[in-house]
Amino acid sequence: MNKETVLLMGARSDIALALAHRFAKGGNDIQLAARNSNGLIEDKLDIELRYGVNVTLHEFDVLDTTVNELFINSLPMIPDVAVCVIGHMGEQKESERDVQIAALVMRSNYEGPAAILAALANRFEERGSGTLVGISSVAGERGRATNYVYGSAKAGLTAFLSGLRNRLSKKSVHVITVLPGFVYTKMTENMELPVKLTAQPSEVANSVFRAVQKKRNIVYVKPIWQLIMIIIRNIPETIFKRTNI
Amino acid sequence: MNLSGWGRYPRIDAKLSAPRDLATLRANVHKGNAIARGNGRAYGDSAVSTQNTIHMKHFNRMLGFDTQLGQLVAESGVLLADIIDAFLPRGWFPYVTPGTKFVTLGGLIAADVHGKNHHKDGSFAKCVDWIELLTCEGDFKRCSANENTELFEWTVGGMGLTGVIIRAAIRLRPVSSTWIEQRTMVAENISHAIEIFEKFQDTTYSVAWIDCLQHGNAMGRSLVMLGEHAKAENLPSEYHSELLKIRPKRKLRIPLQFPNWVLNNFSVRVFNALYYSVGKRQSAQKLIDWDSYFYPLDTILDWNKIYGRRGFAQYQCVIPIQMADEGLRALLSTISGAGIGSFLAVLKRFGTQESKFSFPMEGYTLALDLPVNTKTLALMEQLDTITLQYGGRFYLAKDSRMSRFTFQSSEPRATAYSQYRSEQGLNELYCSTQSERLGI
Ligand SMILES: Cc1cc2nc3c(=O)[nH]c(=O)nc-3n(C[C@H](O)[C@H](O)[C@H](O)COP(=O)(O)OP(=O)(O)OC[C@H]3O[C@@H](n4cnc5c(N)ncnc54)[C@H](O)[C@@H]3O)c2cc1C
Ligand SMILES: NC(=O)c1ccc[n+]([C@@H]2O[C@H](COP(=O)([O-])OP(=O)(O)OC[C@H]3O[C@@H](n4cnc5c(N)ncnc54)[C@H](OP(=O)(O)O)[C@@H]3O)[C@@H](O)[C@H]2O)c1
Repeated sequence: MNKETVLLMGARSDIALALAHRFAKGGNDIQLAARNSNGLIEDKLDIELRYGVNVTLHEFDVLDTTVNELFINSLPMIPDVAVCVIGHMGEQKESERDVQIAALVMRSNYEGPAAILAALANRFEERGSGTLVGISSVAGERGRATNYVYGSAKAGLTAFLSGLRNRLSKKSVHVITVLPGFVYTKMTENMELPVKLTAQPSEVANSVFRAVQKKRNIVYVKPIWQLIMIIIRNIPETIFKRTNI
Repeated sequence: MNLSGWGRYPRIDAKLSAPRDLATLRANVHKGNAIARGNGRAYGDSAVSTQNTIHMKHFNRMLGFDTQLGQLVAESGVLLADIIDAFLPRGWFPYVTPGTKFVTLGGLIAADVHGKNHHKDGSFAKCVDWIELLTCEGDFKRCSANENTELFEWTVGGMGLTGVIIRAAIRLRPVSSTWIEQRTMVAENISHAIEIFEKFQDTTYSVAWIDCLQHGNAMGRSLVMLGEHAKAENLPSEYHSELLKIRPKRKLRIPLQFPNWVLNNFSVRVFNALYYSVGKRQSAQKLIDWDSYFYPLDTILDWNKIYGRRGFAQYQCVIPIQMADEGLRALLSTISGAGIGSFLAVLKRFGTQESKFSFPMEGYTLALDLPVNTKTLALMEQLDTITLQYGGRFYLAKDSRMSRFTFQSSEPRATAYSQYRSEQGLNELYCSTQSERLGI
């Protein structure tokens, strides 16, 4: 890969930082976009020192969709690769009780990411090149009692990415949907996760890095999740509604 | 959660947190009974506190490098492996390194580690320009040889018991290639090995592997390995295009339940083969890459699991120089007489060192890995007695079983350390299972 510029949105997350290291190791410049981006100064220094690339910090709140164009214009250059890692799980129980809380989950996982990716898509389309990556989730493949608010928002994002890919495939712009299973991150720090089904952020980063190079469409990170989701998607609804998985 | 050191013995049910920012770190420390944990490569319980073990893995960023001084500023959770990855290709190598690169900067400082170059370059302390410590009051304190000197001196080698190191500045060593010129010599017994060490004091690196099965005249039969960083001009021309390139190595993972005698027999067999092939020529010379030279075991991931569920211990003591020959003989004859099969031990010459609490003193240090069972635990107590008899002491980064009595008898400096800790209120905030066991 030639030296490219990679924009990472939601840059404080473990997955985004792992991506930053992976792409920087490949010699690419990095744009880190996050809320309170000043707090990422140590990470900027670290990545610059380790890999000898340029890292810039950018303030970005995905819910503030009115400033998307301004945000893109403020970047030192339009990136070659843009990855939206932003997500927000919330508490399912609270989302059931409070529509505002549910709305925040929906907006953070679907409306916000879709909006910024759409704005970037138009720039990439105009330029006739680039790769867009959305981090969605297997939770979006079928709604489950324990996290369907988050899942439904991820389902929206997955469908949006699919449509975007379809639209842009004729325009030399590539779109990648990432469907991680479990990942050891801040989001899941207090959960007991099955070791065999859980990836490290660095594994997610390696998969995404390869997917960008090889222009893959859908990435599961751990292959076993593809199989699991085929099974889960195919359980008849009459049975599924009685399960608690 | 079950925590242990690299030896997987003892295993302790302990609370573990991994703060991501200073505010959380500070709050966690203030709960008391805190101990910082780096990468858990100390063998025993140095980095375990039942109430409050604090993993430093999120403080793992390098912050700056001064190419004039060769000085790196980094957070304490940075791995030595990452430092090498980033800086060896630019011609810099750690000034002092232990036998594994999977250790953190904090762990290197807190244990004041030694390398194969201690006789020449001293311990890790020698390359530490300053550290920043989280203090009782919850703020940052810069400590160095000129600033907060006492705290600095207790912290380097203080096994985490003066507070949490947040950042440090260390100096790296300029090298012109990734290669080591290694010269291997045979020593027929322990006195011969000592003779070789003494003769080659000017060589940067030296270490010996001892065959622990031998007794009588052959007791201490060993291979002494000397090393120097290969200078570019001494390397064959085919090396010149890639002098500083790091070659990726394949990592092996040990299948579980692989019994440790297999590895022991294998290493002893390799030793014997080398002993005889080198023996014919008295000494052998070869070029070896940095990774195989300094970190031969690092390519085998999780090799600590071969000792099975009960885990293992590393016994490491140092015998002062005047008593070295006699003391080592006493230790080796006890080891070979214990009937615990064949295995290798490591011998190293230490140069002089003055420090508040660090392990090294001028003399010889012996280290051996033993599976933990009643027989080996009894053997280690015998070795303790011998070490005490010869005025030696023990490496806390390897200890998992020493008694308080043994430790206190070996360590006239312990009282001053405990006193300093209580004067400064450090004992109220920091402790490890080890410090409680040993009464530090
Ligand atoms: C295969 C192998 C070979 C080794 N070879 C050598 C050798 O040749 N020479 C040698 O000297 N040692 C050697 N060691 C021991 C090792 O270098 C030390 O135990 C080192 O301290 C481990 O670093 P760590 O980051 O894993 O620290 P840990 O094991 O997690 O902690 C060790 C000590 O450091 C303290 N500590 C860690 N981080 C901090 C921090 N941020 N602030 C304050 N205190 C902290 C802990 O409280 C604890 O007391 C070896 C170990 C192994 C497994
Ligand atoms: N961990 C898993 O098991 C798992 C599984 C499948 C999918 N995922 C997805 O992977 C992605 C990364 O998650 P993670 O596990 O690394 O968890 P995380 O640490 O919670 O990451 C989520 C990131 O999104 C950012 N974010 C949330 N709302 C934002 C907003 N309005 N504007 C800007 N940034 C916002 C957060 O920023 P702040 O730092 O400012 O809070 C945070 O950095 C998410 O999309 C998640 O849904 C995770």
